[in-house]
Amino acid sequence: MSEATATAGPLPVVPYLKLPEGGSPYLEGTKCGNCGAVYVGPRRACSSCFSRDQFETIRLQNTGKLYTYTIVYRSFPGVETPFVSAVVDLDGGGTIKGNLINVDPNPESIPFDMPVRVVFKDAGRKDAEGNSYTAYFFEPAE
Amino acid sequence: MSDVYIVGTDMIRFGRFPERTVPDLGAEAALMALDDAGLNIGQMQAMYCGNLMQSGNTIGQKILQEIGQTGIPVVNCANACATGATALREGWMAIKAGVYDLVLCVGVEQMGRGLLGGGASSGIPTEGLLGSGTMPTLFSELGMEHSRKYGTTFEQFAKVSVKNHEHSMKNAKAMYQKETPLDMVMNAEMISFPNTKLMCSVNVDGSAAAVLASEKKAKELGLMSRAVRIKASALTSDPFTDHDLTLPDFNTCTRMCAQQAFEMAGIGPEDLNLVELHDCFATAEIMHYENLGLCAEGDGGKLIDEGATYWGGRIPVNVSGGLLSKGHPLGATGIAGVYEVSTHLRGEAGPRQVEGATIGLAHVVGLGNAAAIHILEKVT
Repeated sequence: MSEATATAGPLPVVPYLKLPEGGSPYLEGTKCGNCGAVYVGPRRACSSCFSRDQFETIRLQNTGKLYTYTIVYRSFPGVETPFVSAVVDLDGGGTIKGNLINVDPNPESIPFDMPVRVVFKDAGRKDAEGNSYTAYFFEPAE
Repeated sequence: MSDVYIVGTDMIRFGRFPERTVPDLGAEAALMALDDAGLNIGQMQAMYCGNLMQSGNTIGQKILQEIGQTGIPVVNCANACATGATALREGWMAIKAGVYDLVLCVGVEQMGRGLLGGGASSGIPTEGLLGSGTMPTLFSELGMEHSRKYGTTFEQFAKVSVKNHEHSMKNAKAMYQKETPLDMVMNAEMISFPNTKLMCSVNVDGSAAAVLASEKKAKELGLMSRAVRIKASALTSDPFTDHDLTLPDFNTCTRMCAQQAFEMAGIGPEDLNLVELHDCFATAEIMHYENLGLCAEGDGGKLIDEGATYWGGRIPVNVSGGLLSKGHPLGATGIAGVYEVSTHLRGEAGPRQVEGATIGLAHVVGLGNAAAIHILEKVT
């Protein structure tokens, strides 16, 4: 844990999480101009229509709906449980998986299609060099 | 093109054998299948070996180094949980193509214990931070997708596990022969809602093998009386669907695979007498009832409620005990399912025999994704 090797600010937990200087974090995606398919992160070709040259880099929206989930009670050693692993369809396209926080981990409290918002905060984990990371999470929007 | 026949097949009893090696486990099943056919390794023209966890280690060659080195071509296959079925299919294809008349297919795996999945990542580990990538999680999320569409309940999913454990009581080659009543299944440790520990497949070591022959060769060797015809062999990967890149879509590739297999066999799901399908988690079995056309879309929960998939029911599913109780040694599973169906078609399944079975289906799926189906027919 050498302070000297750690970078100044937090790093994004995944490459498609963007941390613009002086701006709000967001998730980046790619939209196929030919068929409209939306992907998380960059693409070389569209796996739906095979088009290669009509991609547009887009800012994925910070709101969406809960598509499916599970409540995880057993994970790898050291991972705190229970937590809700959620698959969210973002408004405007793109599907991402993440932790659904600020809910009671109980099926009765977690309705399908529940509106959620994407929030960004410290991951609570550091790498071997002592770098901190910013992660994304979902929380109920209402 | 010649029809292709299974002329010998067997599997070892699945279990935990940490003191043994992967080639040794594979060699045992290979010899059992050769013995079942009354043939020897010197007669085999090629070998197809399925193993996942040691896929860089030429396991097929190492098996031959234990049972007979004849210089034949060896193809080592790795295709997630469809590994064994993929190896079998490669053998089938080589005979179909007229390149060989007699080949050996082996599937083998030695497993650790605990959760599979997650995977390595750079930076910081993301398990439990960006959701979960374990196998129980994926199949629980897919089960919940089925719940959102059709209202399938925790209890209905749990009933699958009750059935498959009950089935394995009559299978001496299954890891477990233990009855698990519904309350025991539902009250077992929750791993990932709605799958409890008893609704997750058992990690076991195991191997299974099959000798395949062309029609000409099977007749020449006098092996037709116990031969099983491979009516169809189909393999698919995941086509583009909306959620697949985030939530692996095992349903669409299985449906495509089933459609291709039924078309090749010239039959429909109503013609099947038994099915061995990929019950890696109890939730998966309900989805595959629909994917394989055993019931209408959305009726998977009803099918288990009615008991239709029990031994003696309308369409018995996983009478071996399935992955849930027989066990799931990844690379061996595909060939073990083919062995189970073949054994019923030969009328040699003993106390669990599905009476009068003439046609059956063996299905597997692998994460990543792959689906494989073999439709087998009794030779009359």
